[in-house]
Amino acid sequence: MVESRLTRWLLRAGTGLTLVFIYGPLLVIGLYAFNRNVTQKWPIEEYSTRWFSVAFNDDGVREALTLSILAALGATAIALVLGTLASLAVARYQFFGREVITFAVVLPIALPGIVTGLALQATIVDVLGPIGVSFGLATIIVGHATFCVVVVYNNVIARIRRTSGALDEASADLGADYWQTTRYVMFPQMRTALLAGGLLAFALSFDEVVVTIFTSGAQQTLPIWIFATLARPAQLPIVNVVALFLVVASIIPVYIAQRLAGGGGPDEERAPTIPTAAP
Amino acid sequence: MLALPLAWLVIVYFGSLFVLLLSAFWDTDPFTAEIVHTFTLENFQKIIETQVYRDVAWRTIQMAVFVTIADIVLAFPIAYYMARVASRRRRNLLVVAVLLPLWANYLVKAYAWRTILSEGGVINCALEPFGLSFDGYSTVGLWLVFTYLWLPFMILPVYAGLERIPASLLEASADLGGRSFTTFRRVILPLAFPAVVAGSIFTFSLTLGDYIAPGLITSEQFIGTVIYNIRGQALPTAAAYSMVPIVVVIAYLLVARKLKAFESL
Repeated sequence: MVESRLTRWLLRAGTGLTLVFIYGPLLVIGLYAFNRNVTQKWPIEEYSTRWFSVAFNDDGVREALTLSILAALGATAIALVLGTLASLAVARYQFFGREVITFAVVLPIALPGIVTGLALQATIVDVLGPIGVSFGLATIIVGHATFCVVVVYNNVIARIRRTSGALDEASADLGADYWQTTRYVMFPQMRTALLAGGLLAFALSFDEVVVTIFTSGAQQTLPIWIFATLARPAQLPIVNVVALFLVVASIIPVYIAQRLAGGGGPDEERAPTIPTAAP
Repeated sequence: MLALPLAWLVIVYFGSLFVLLLSAFWDTDPFTAEIVHTFTLENFQKIIETQVYRDVAWRTIQMAVFVTIADIVLAFPIAYYMARVASRRRRNLLVVAVLLPLWANYLVKAYAWRTILSEGGVINCALEPFGLSFDGYSTVGLWLVFTYLWLPFMILPVYAGLERIPASLLEASADLGGRSFTTFRRVILPLAFPAVVAGSIFTFSLTLGDYIAPGLITSEQFIGTVIYNIRGQALPTAAAYSMVPIVVVIAYLLVARKLKAFESL
């Protein structure tokens, strides 16, 4: 090791400061959820849990929560099916170049969300509108599924690459057909990766706002409800509670997914999961 | 069966992008603001010739560059600590600690900063005893918010890149008489560079197209906010303007590929 004692000390301090920077704002918004006053002044003078019951009984919040859950379930279901198929296809067959795949996968990640959103809006208005599809749950789900597919794909393909191809071959040698091998050999190995990918897809869809604004029309998911309600200062205490809820609701599935994605033993490196769609 | 997911990606994603590209060539009725399906290059002409559009594009690209630089500077110490100093247990803990906020709702994080930067917010409250104040709803404030929002996207690839450098190379450098700083500059930095470029793909392109954070923090216009604001009355112009981030991002990706950044993604 080349790091001197001083360097290590500085690195430790830098790491600590960065963590404070990362978690500070989340902590602040968590505290504001317990702010008794309507005004958002710091320091908070009086703490209370009164806004939690107000938020829980708010019709707008409840409707938005229902829509968010429905959209996330729909998008996750589509993403699981298509993402798994895609990863099996890429893992088992060499059908086109690696370069092309990486570029095709990276492009949707790298293009700004507003471009994706605007593109989907233009398609819904120009192409789907004339055949009778209008903005609503279906268009929200389609938009979300587009990038949720990539999350599932990444998780499953990482797992397939780590499992041994010899098991496949052994299964085939023992007389199993393609579907039997998939069902009895591949699936049990992929199960936790599927669950992890599904959880991440759910979290991604549940949180999405950039693209959803363009695909939801007059409907409001929970993040869109926040976006619309920010303009009304009197409602901000409820927004704070919903904001805290959203942070907790997205962190829990991601934490579980991260534990599941590692698979095989505590010593194995866990690949960090980056949401491969612009937030 | 295998064609199904590909068909989905091609039809929904690339199909939509194609529709967007097409609509950039459509005309708008000046009286009703209805889209007229006649081919025109006027939208592109307007974007190239109007000073405001050029200024906004330039301002946004500058912002993306400054955010990327700030994130590289902030990400290096923690990524280095995770990769080379921390124990295995602590390293795994730190990966999760960096990862979780990345997934926390982005709108909530932007909103948290709006509260923090406000006149009676945390930052001004902390500055008050010193007789100072900070106009958070400014370009500098937005730079801070962007730097915050995309920081985990930089830390994780840089960490992965640093982790891949074999310790034997650093020992070899030390054996050959390289001091810590020399080793850092001549061995670690060049080897970590592709990972930094990989991280910068996120920080750069996410800044380039964002419209929510700028809208919440400042009245200054950026590419994203302009597209968002004009899309109602002038979808063709908005579509033409959205070609600016698309072209810039694709150019950036091509450079990144040349720099071997894709292997670090």
